[in-house]
Amino acid sequence: MEFTLITGRTINQGRGKEHGKFSEEYLVNVAVCEMNPEDMRRLNIKDGMNIRVTTEVGSVIVKARKSRRIKTPGVIFMPYGPWANAVTKPESEGTGMPLLKGLKANVEPTKDEVSNLKDLLIEAYGSSKIVKSEEQKLWM
Amino acid sequence: MDVILSVVCPVCGCCCDDLEALVDNNRIVDVRNACALGAAKFLNYSRHRNTKPLIRKNGRLVEASLEEAIERSAEILANASYPLLYGWSSTSCEAIRVGLELAEEVGGVIDNTSTICHGPSVIAIQEVGLPACTLGQIRHRADLIVYWGSNPWSAHPRHIERYTALAEGRFQKAIWKRYLSRLVFESASKRRYRVASLMFKGGSASPPAPEVFSQLLPPSEERKLVVVDVQRTRTADLADFFIRVEPGGDYDVLQALRALIRDEELDVDEVAGVPIETLEELADLMVNARFGMIFFGLGLTMSVGRSRNVEAAIKLTRDLNRYTKFLIMPMRGHFNVTGADTVFTWQTGYPYAVDFSHGYPRYNPGETSAIDVLTKDDVDAALVVASDPVSNFPRKCVENLVKKPLIVIDSHMSATALVADVVIPSAFVGIEAEGTTYRMDHVPLPLKKIVEPPEGCLPDEEILRMMLERVRDIKGRESS
Repeated sequence: MEFTLITGRTINQGRGKEHGKFSEEYLVNVAVCEMNPEDMRRLNIKDGMNIRVTTEVGSVIVKARKSRRIKTPGVIFMPYGPWANAVTKPESEGTGMPLLKGLKANVEPTKDEVSNLKDLLIEAYGSSKIVKSEEQKLWM
Repeated sequence: MDVILSVVCPVCGCCCDDLEALVDNNRIVDVRNACALGAAKFLNYSRHRNTKPLIRKNGRLVEASLEEAIERSAEILANASYPLLYGWSSTSCEAIRVGLELAEEVGGVIDNTSTICHGPSVIAIQEVGLPACTLGQIRHRADLIVYWGSNPWSAHPRHIERYTALAEGRFQKAIWKRYLSRLVFESASKRRYRVASLMFKGGSASPPAPEVFSQLLPPSEERKLVVVDVQRTRTADLADFFIRVEPGGDYDVLQALRALIRDEELDVDEVAGVPIETLEELADLMVNARFGMIFFGLGLTMSVGRSRNVEAAIKLTRDLNRYTKFLIMPMRGHFNVTGADTVFTWQTGYPYAVDFSHGYPRYNPGETSAIDVLTKDDVDAALVVASDPVSNFPRKCVENLVKKPLIVIDSHMSATALVADVVIPSAFVGIEAEGTTYRMDHVPLPLKKIVEPPEGCLPDEEILRMMLERVRDIKGRESS
C-alpha cells in the first residue's frame, strides 16, 4: 500500500532536540512514524512495533506509533530529523526547498532494530569520520 | 539566588520576552513563564556539550587549542574555491554580520536555514509583497485568526496565548471560556457515545463530535480561531472551525476561496477533500471579519507548489482587503531566522542563498541555495554555524557535505559536529552571550547573558572575527 509521508515538527521533537541530539529523549521522540489506526490494522502493525519506511531514495527503520489525529487513511507522519531525512528527496525544483511534505512511501513491519543516531550516521555515511569510542570523551 | 527578569527566549520565532530566570552560582535552576521548548533549552543547555576545540587528526577528533582550530579553519576556507557558509538562524545578528564579511572574503555561498523553512515564502513575498503588522496589533485587534498549515501548539507553544486566540487584547477578548465550555461539551458527548456504544454494542449510537464546529460558531463580535491543516493537530482542537485538506491540496483550496470571495460559483462538490459548503462558510467568515489574520507555516512551503502556495495565500489576503482588513504573516521557526534574513538583506540586498563567487552578491534560490549546491556537489568546503544540517538535510546533500572539509561552530555536540574536521565550541547566545534577535514580526529584541560560559567558549561573533582576520592574513590582505 502506498502512503503519503508528511514530515513536521512535534513538541516532543523540539524538547528532545534541546536535551541533545544523541539523547534517549530525542531518539524515542524522533525515530517514530505516526499512522492512522485503520492502516495499522490493515498492515498488521501494532503500536510500538518496528517498521521500515521506504521511499524511492532509501529506507529507514523507526517505531510505529498510533495516531488518532491522522484521520485520512494513507497518510503517515514522521517528525523532522535524521531518521525522516534518510528517506527524503533532495530535488528542490528551482525553489531551494526539498519536498518534505507529501512524498510517496511504503511501510512494512520489520524485525530489524531502530538505529540510534550514531549508528544511523555510520550506516549512511561510513565510519571514516565517526568512531564509536569517541562518544564519551566529547561530552560533558 | 538571582532572579533575572525580562529574559528573551532563544528558541522559536516568538522570542517571548517575559521569561524569568533563577540563577544560583552561575547555574540556571529554574525558568518561569517559558513553554516546554524554552524550559527544555534553559534547563538542559549544558548537556551534550563540548567545551574544547577539536580537530580531526588521522580520522579522529582530538582536542586542540582555539588558535589551532581557528588556524585550521582559516586555511580550509582560504584554500577553498567555493565554500558553503550555512546556519546563522540560531545566532545573533552581530555574528551574522561577521559571517557575511567572511563569505565575501572567501568568495563562497552563504545561506541560512530559511532555505529549508520559509525560503519559498520569501520567494512569494518578493513576487507579491506582504501585508503584515506587528504581533501586538493582532493581540489587541484581530477578530479572526487563521492558522494555515501551521501547528503553533507544537512549534510555537506560546503564540496562541501571547498573540492570538487565548490572548487578552485591549479590543478583543481571549476565547478561554468558550474553549473550556466546548471541551466540557465534547467530552460529555464522547462519554454519551461510549455508553451508547456499550449498550447497543456499536452500530446504532450516534458518532462522536463532528470535526467542523460551524453550528457552534461564536457571536460575530467575538474573536474566532480557524485552523486549516492536513491532520487534526492539537491547535485544531482549540479552533472554532477546523478544515482538513488533503495533502498537497492547499493551492487548490486557496484559489477556490479566492473565487468564492469574488462571488464566483464553483461547479464542484469539493476541493482537495473540503466540501464546497465548508469553503463558502469560511469565505463568509473571512469577508465578515473586521480584522483578519492568516498565519501560515511549513504546510504551505514544504508541500507540492511550495512558493506558489504562499503566493496564493498572500493573493487571498490581498483580495480580502477589498472588503475588510486582512493581514498575513509566516510563522518563523528559529528565534533569529528573521534576523538572519534581515541582516543578509541589509548587507547584500538578498535575504538568503547569497553567492559571492563572482565577487559581488548573486541570489538565485534553486541554484545558489544550500540544498542545491550540495545536491550538485558544487561546494569544496563548508562552515556550519549554530545549525545541524546533517540531521535536517536530505541524505544525498549530507553525503556531499560529509566528504568535504567541514568546520562547525556550535555550542551543542550535534550530528554535524560529530562528522566535522574542526569543531569550535561557542557560548549559547541568549544564555551565555548577548546579541540581537528579530522576532517573527521583525521586531528586534536584545538577548541577555544570564550565566557565564564555560572557560574558553567565546561568542560566535568573536570566533568568526578571529577566523576572518586569519583568512585575511592568509590571503595577504590588511585586516580592517
